[in-house]
Amino acid sequence: MIDLIAKPAVSGLPVSHGGCTLSAFDAGPVTSIAPYPGRDLSAVLPFPAPGTVSDYQSGRLIWAGRDMAFLTGVAAPDLSGLAAVTDQSDGWVWALLEGASVEAVLARLCPLDLRLRSFAVGSSARSMLQHLPILLVRTGPESFQIASFRSMAGTLVHELEIAIKGVAARASL
Amino acid sequence: MRIPCPCCGDRDRREYTYYGAADFLDRPAEDAGLEAWDNYLHLRDNPAGVTRDLWYHDPCQSWVEVERNTVTHEVLSTRFVSAKAGASA
Repeated sequence: MIDLIAKPAVSGLPVSHGGCTLSAFDAGPVTSIAPYPGRDLSAVLPFPAPGTVSDYQSGRLIWAGRDMAFLTGVAAPDLSGLAAVTDQSDGWVWALLEGASVEAVLARLCPLDLRLRSFAVGSSARSMLQHLPILLVRTGPESFQIASFRSMAGTLVHELEIAIKGVAARASL
Repeated sequence: MRIPCPCCGDRDRREYTYYGAADFLDRPAEDAGLEAWDNYLHLRDNPAGVTRDLWYHDPCQSWVEVERNTVTHEVLSTRFVSAKAGASA
């Protein structure tokens, strides 16, 4: 068996300006779980309510769309007959944005109200970053995980870097 | 303009894609006749007031039927197209 080398989707990370850092990270195996209509998965795993994240074993279940969640970090259990289960590991790129100015950076790009009082730690949302579809998870008061389609990894980094630089430049005036 | 998604809550208009009048949900029967089909495909009201139209909420992949007022820009109600009896979306 040929030992294939996994290559990162993005290059040039981490970038850091004005106390805000964008870095890549490995989310581990990612599996989308979409329950079939009317099926209850609660006996197997805690399917997250819209906009939330729930824990499953050592991984996480991130709400990722209507009737869909992404299981990250661990392999998916057997859900045959209950849900459509698809491996998404290679299809998505994950980035971590952290620092005191994260909200200001994302406010330039995303139409959601991401202030702590309306988007608490542990919230998730599907939204847009400019024209780029993203999955957003708040992991702390000053940290967000951002996932997007792997084919658009370059755009994701480009847009975020411009916003980070812009916020940093404005703060330094 | 903000449209409340029945799944995600209030969301910005940029997250939606507009399709057209909700009349598209009322597809006539195959043998309904030329006039009914012409009406369905081509004739639309253009009301100054309450109108119903279809929007796709891209982030949660849902078709939403929005009842809104074109004069006051007020959004009166929204619901999933799939919640409509007999519809397949």
